[in-house]
Amino acid sequence: MNRHDPHNIVVSGVGGQGNILIARLLGRLFAIKGYQVSIAETFGAAQRGGSVFSSLRISKKKTGGPLIPFGRADIIIGIEPLETLRMLKYFGNPNVSTFTNDKPVYPIGVLRGNDRYPSTGKLKAALKTLSKNLLIIPATEAALECGGAIMANIVMLGALAGSELLLLPKEDIIAEVKESVPADKVSMNLKAFEMGFELSQRSSVKHLCPS
Amino acid sequence: MSGSQQNIKTMKPQSKAKAARLILGNEAIAEAAIEAGVNYAAGYPGTPSSEIIQTLANQAEKFNLRVEWSTNEKVAAEGAAAAAVAGLRSLVSMKNAGLSVALDFLTHLSLTGIGKRGGSMVVVVCDDPDAHSSGDETDSRWLSRFSYAPMLEPSSIDEAKRIISWAFHLSQEFACHVMVRSYTRLSHASALVKPGKKARHKAKPATDSSLSLTPYLARPAHGRTLARLAIFLTYFENSPYNAYEGPDDPDLIVVASGSGVNCARDAIDIMGLENKIGLLKIVTIWPFPESLILKILPKAKRVLVAEEVDPYLEVHVNAALNRCDGRRIKVFGRETGHIEPYGEITPERVCTAIAQILRVKFRLRSSEYQAQIDTNAEPLLINRGLSWCPGCPHRASFWAIERAIKKDGRDAYIIGDIGCYTLDVFPGGKGQMKLLHAMGSGAGLASGLGRLTSFGYKHPIISICGDSTFFHASMPALINAVHNDSHFVQVILDNEATAMTGFQPHPGISLNAVGQPAPRIKMEDLCQAMGAQVVVADPFDLKETTRIMRDLLRRDQGVQVLILRRTCELLRMKQTRKIPFSVSIDPERCRGRKCGFCLQQFQCPAFDIKLETEQPYIRSDMCSGCGVCVQICPSKAILKKEQIQY
Repeated sequence: MNRHDPHNIVVSGVGGQGNILIARLLGRLFAIKGYQVSIAETFGAAQRGGSVFSSLRISKKKTGGPLIPFGRADIIIGIEPLETLRMLKYFGNPNVSTFTNDKPVYPIGVLRGNDRYPSTGKLKAALKTLSKNLLIIPATEAALECGGAIMANIVMLGALAGSELLLLPKEDIIAEVKESVPADKVSMNLKAFEMGFELSQRSSVKHLCPS
Repeated sequence: MSGSQQNIKTMKPQSKAKAARLILGNEAIAEAAIEAGVNYAAGYPGTPSSEIIQTLANQAEKFNLRVEWSTNEKVAAEGAAAAAVAGLRSLVSMKNAGLSVALDFLTHLSLTGIGKRGGSMVVVVCDDPDAHSSGDETDSRWLSRFSYAPMLEPSSIDEAKRIISWAFHLSQEFACHVMVRSYTRLSHASALVKPGKKARHKAKPATDSSLSLTPYLARPAHGRTLARLAIFLTYFENSPYNAYEGPDDPDLIVVASGSGVNCARDAIDIMGLENKIGLLKIVTIWPFPESLILKILPKAKRVLVAEEVDPYLEVHVNAALNRCDGRRIKVFGRETGHIEPYGEITPERVCTAIAQILRVKFRLRSSEYQAQIDTNAEPLLINRGLSWCPGCPHRASFWAIERAIKKDGRDAYIIGDIGCYTLDVFPGGKGQMKLLHAMGSGAGLASGLGRLTSFGYKHPIISICGDSTFFHASMPALINAVHNDSHFVQVILDNEATAMTGFQPHPGISLNAVGQPAPRIKMEDLCQAMGAQVVVADPFDLKETTRIMRDLLRRDQGVQVLILRRTCELLRMKQTRKIPFSVSIDPERCRGRKCGFCLQQFQCPAFDIKLETEQPYIRSDMCSGCGVCVQICPSKAILKKEQIQY
């Protein structure tokens, strides 16, 4: 099979949701498979609540720069739906596969009543129009079931794994999850991963293939 | 100011000892320094530089290194220089703003060099193009020329490792410090890096060189320094790090350094112009390899310079060409407007410039897709404002300060400083700070403003700084203020860490960089010794803090210091793993959006609202259980219950 080389993956969310953990975990996985890996972390002054994203580039050919060029993402993973849309604005293209959590984290302006968070319908429609493949899952809800909203990132990773788009064996990903989370939180994280995996396998997105 | 990287785990080594590991650029820089046999390292935290010293501190015991977080960048540079003068290998790191603080000393150091004991000193400065986490996006490359110091700029993490090693060699050979410029997309990028062999430098510290500078000696020293730079230039002209790649007769040559190199490669690749465009990578920033430029650039008639942030290479390329009748070669870049004159370099910016210069049709994305973005995405994309974390003591402090000012009624003027409290100026803050500049500048500005009463200035003045900032550069300004009879209230928000950059210790806490017990220097004692009146309070007690603040404003003379002490919530959580209170909103008492006081005024990110019912609630996954909001609800609808375990 062919994937774009370099293959570009964006992981986005708001500060504190753990997108950097996902990007690094994927980076290590691809490194083991013999890929060159380059990651950029963009977090600005965001302690909590600001837009944060990581870009991951993998290549069989060369070690390139970590910045994904405008309009050149192959996969976008979002832990917050509005941030996923923001990533599509910069990195989207007609061939992108998008995976997103459905649970909003309202910006301060929405809480104050100054801004309006987009309606679920409009948000979904926009995400769908701008993606070749789209999977929206209740990752926060699933994570809460496993023991904490903080694991929404692992649910999203499970969803990505379930799509088989990564072309990585599931057990390899699981092994890396075990390595990446605190020892006393392994079982709950694996449960979160499995829930994401299941949600993804049950959807039509599992049939998608890299173009 | 900076973005912290809390909760990031260091990459685990792979099973094989010598296997490549995925590590941050800053970690690679630290690793390279250890491999080069570094003995002494110092720095002051600042994004994107902080992980360099942190990584070295973690390895300090294993490799017998002296590693410190210094009070400021100048002191850090002085300490590192002393080690080099004594024959050791040293490294000092800082962000772009910090280089300005250290520059007075470093400029002197260039004139004397580091002596004849065989030591070496590498200065790593990490710029922040785009000002992701900075108050400016200054380009440090000019300052190497300004301070007569050679500078190298790596274009990848792998290259950074080799450049650090080379910088140590050059420093030892020429007996002067060597600067290495990093930047956000190197420092905070990760790539696979193979560990190298670790050299140990076992010099016995001794001092015997005469390295004094006085007005009489400075002039000949300047001459010697320039002569030394001339020898550096011969090395740099022949350095294999400056390399040309591409066709022999290109239509266009891109000259690039740092992040510009990768962006140019991406752009050429995306546009499929490998056969038409060449790339000249420049690593030796100063002295500038002019002969190399004149050798390579005549291959093409047009040159694009891809760099960040300022047109540093562009100016030097133009100067070189002008000197040698190279005017037939046209140079494009930031100065000519082909790349925007500010902000980060990106692949797409290089693409756009290339398309413009070569007059080729190129679209970053199809117009159909862009139209979809414009109609479907753009109208929905509201901004995400920044805010203090749930449980942050600063939110409570600013709440009390705002209340005190209102009660005082004289429209007090607030001057800020650099730290998490800077978030006050964003919509999620209280918008109290009206003047905000460099580290420690708040006290200096207040010192001046507080002397203007004789001209009729009537507003009370409050200057606000943090604990680490206080030690960094506020102290001399406060001494100045007391001595020169200035009048203002200095608030020190002591959250017991350099929080924004990742909780580094400072002299006000009893641990040092490597986690050992260290003497704690009490800021209240220091301020008292300066002759200021000092009060210490807990910001979580809103009523009492407001009362004290109002009292201090009323005193209206001399320098009043108010220390608001409460550990950073992220740090507290890391240390205790406990949530003190379970906090919730009683829907019976809450008046919802009609009131909205908690959402609009307190603005803790743990408050959320059910948009359907307009009913505020507290997100249990976000709330830190500080309980401060219980004090602010006008309907007394926020309730707190006993401690629960995390």
